[in-house]
Amino acid sequence: MSNQVALTGNEAIANAMRQINPDVVAAYPITPQTEIVQIFSQFVADGEVDTDFVTVESEHSAMSASVGASASGARAMTATAANGLALMWEILYIAASTRLPIVMPVVNRALSGPINIHCDHSDSMGARDSGWIQLYAENAQEAYDNTIQAFKIGEHEDVKLPVMVNMDGFIISHAVENFNILADEDVQEFIGEYNPEHTLLDAENPITVGPIDLQDYYFEHKRQQSEAVKHAKKVVAEVAEEYNELTGRGFSYFEEYKLDDAEVGIVALGSTTGTAKAAVDNLRDEGIKAGLLKLRLYRPFPAEEITEALSNLKVLAVLDRAETFSDTGGPVFADIRSALYNADSEIEAVNYIYGLGGRDTQVDEIEAVYKDLQDILESGEVEERVQYLGVRE
Amino acid sequence: MAKKDQQKPGWKSIPEGGLIIEPGNADDYKTGGWRTYRPMIDQEICINCHICWIYCPDSSIISKDEEIKGYDYDHCKGCGICANECPVDAITMLEEGNLSEK
Ligand code: SF4
Ligand code: SF4
Repeated sequence: MSNQVALTGNEAIANAMRQINPDVVAAYPITPQTEIVQIFSQFVADGEVDTDFVTVESEHSAMSASVGASASGARAMTATAANGLALMWEILYIAASTRLPIVMPVVNRALSGPINIHCDHSDSMGARDSGWIQLYAENAQEAYDNTIQAFKIGEHEDVKLPVMVNMDGFIISHAVENFNILADEDVQEFIGEYNPEHTLLDAENPITVGPIDLQDYYFEHKRQQSEAVKHAKKVVAEVAEEYNELTGRGFSYFEEYKLDDAEVGIVALGSTTGTAKAAVDNLRDEGIKAGLLKLRLYRPFPAEEITEALSNLKVLAVLDRAETFSDTGGPVFADIRSALYNADSEIEAVNYIYGLGGRDTQVDEIEAVYKDLQDILESGEVEERVQYLGVRE
Repeated sequence: MAKKDQQKPGWKSIPEGGLIIEPGNADDYKTGGWRTYRPMIDQEICINCHICWIYCPDSSIISKDEEIKGYDYDHCKGCGICANECPVDAITMLEEGNLSEK
C-alpha cells in the first residue's frame, strides 16, 4: 500500500527515517539539512519512533556516536550537509573501514569558502573515496526511495558498508513535491531485522573494535573493503529490483532517458537531470537525437554498465556540480573518461562544470550544451575540453 | 613483503573491519621485535620489591614464587620504564645491536 503525499525533500527523508525507526540517530543541524533533524526529533518527542536521539555538539561527534552505536549492533543514522560533512571527515573513513552500515542522508550544499548555503556537490564528491556507498536523487521521490533501500544495501552480509543518500540542497530539500510514500509496515517488512554477527553488546562473545592495524594486516583489511565494494554493486541492483517489485518504481544504477538512438548525450546526477530531460524533449522536437544518462549509483562506480549504455553515442557531455581543481575537469568526468578508455570507446567526451554555489541552471543552458555537442559532431573538433556553464566572463 | 609476514593469513580468512573477535589474543602478537634496548636484571642487587613488575606497561616481567625471574622478551618493547623505576638500580638497558654482535 502507498499514499500520495505533498512534502518537501527534507520532510520526505524525515518520514523515511520515521518509517525505518532506527535504534539511534545522532545528528547536528546544518542548513539545508536542519529540517530533517528538527522534524525527526519531533517524531522522537511524540513517541512515534523508538529511537535514542543523541543531541551531539558537532558533526564529528554525530558520526563518532553513529560509529559507536553501529558497532554496538544498532541501526544508526545521522544526516548532514557541506561543512558538517567536512567536519565528519576523519570518522567517515573509520565508519567505512570498520564496516559499519550507517545510513546518512546528505543534503548537498557548496563547501566553503566562500561561505554559501546553496546546492552543489562539492561536499559529497569530496567524500567519494571515503568508502561510503553513494546514491543520488533527481527528486524527493528518489531521495525517499534511496533512503528506504539504504540499510538493506549497507547491511547485506557481503557488503557491510555505510551508505550516503544524497539529495540536492534547497532544490529538492525545500521544494514541495507530490510523491508516493509506502505504508509504515511495508517499510518495516522491506528492511527486515538487523542481526549483525559481531557487536559490542554481545557480552558472550566479546570483541574489540578499532584496534591498531599495522604493516602486517592493514593492507588485508583494505583489500576486504575493495571486495565489499564490488559486492555492493550487485546488492544495489538486487535491492533495487526488490523495491521495484514492491513499488513499481526505480532502477539500479542509472536511468536512461531517450538514450537508445541518441547521438549526443549528457551524463549527470542530482536535480539537474530533471532540467536535462526537459531539454532533451525540446531538442527531440527539433529533430536532434539527444539523450540523457542519469546516475543514481556513483560509488561504487558502475563503469561497464555505463559505457555499455552510452555505446551508441557519438558525442557526450558530462555535467559536474563540483570542481576538482585538477585542471582536468570534474569528478564524474574523470570517472566516465576512465570508463570510456577501458571500453576502447571512440565517443568524444567533454565536461561542463555547472551550478556551483546554487547557481541556477536552466533548460536553455542545457540545450546549449547539446547544441555544442552537435557542433562537435559536425566539425569533429573539440575546442575546449572543460567548460564552465553559466559563469559570467 | 617481509618474509615473516608472508606466513600470516590472507584477506579472505581474517575478521572484517579490523575486528578482534578472539579476546586476549594480544599475547599472540609478538612485539619484542620493536625493542632497541633490552632490560637485564642483576639478581644480586634486586630486592624483589616488584615495582618493575607493577610498572611494566606490557606485563613482560616474569614473577614466580614472589621472585622476579626475568623477562618475557617476546613482548617486552624495551621502553626502559622498569629500569627507571627500580629503586636500587638493578636493571640495566643494553643495546640490542651490541648484544647480537657478541
Ligand atoms: S623495558 Fe619496558 S616493556 Fe620491557 S620489561 Fe621493562 S618496562 Fe616492561
Ligand atoms: S624494581 Fe628493581 S628491585 Fe624491585 S623487583 Fe624490579 S628489579 Fe628487583
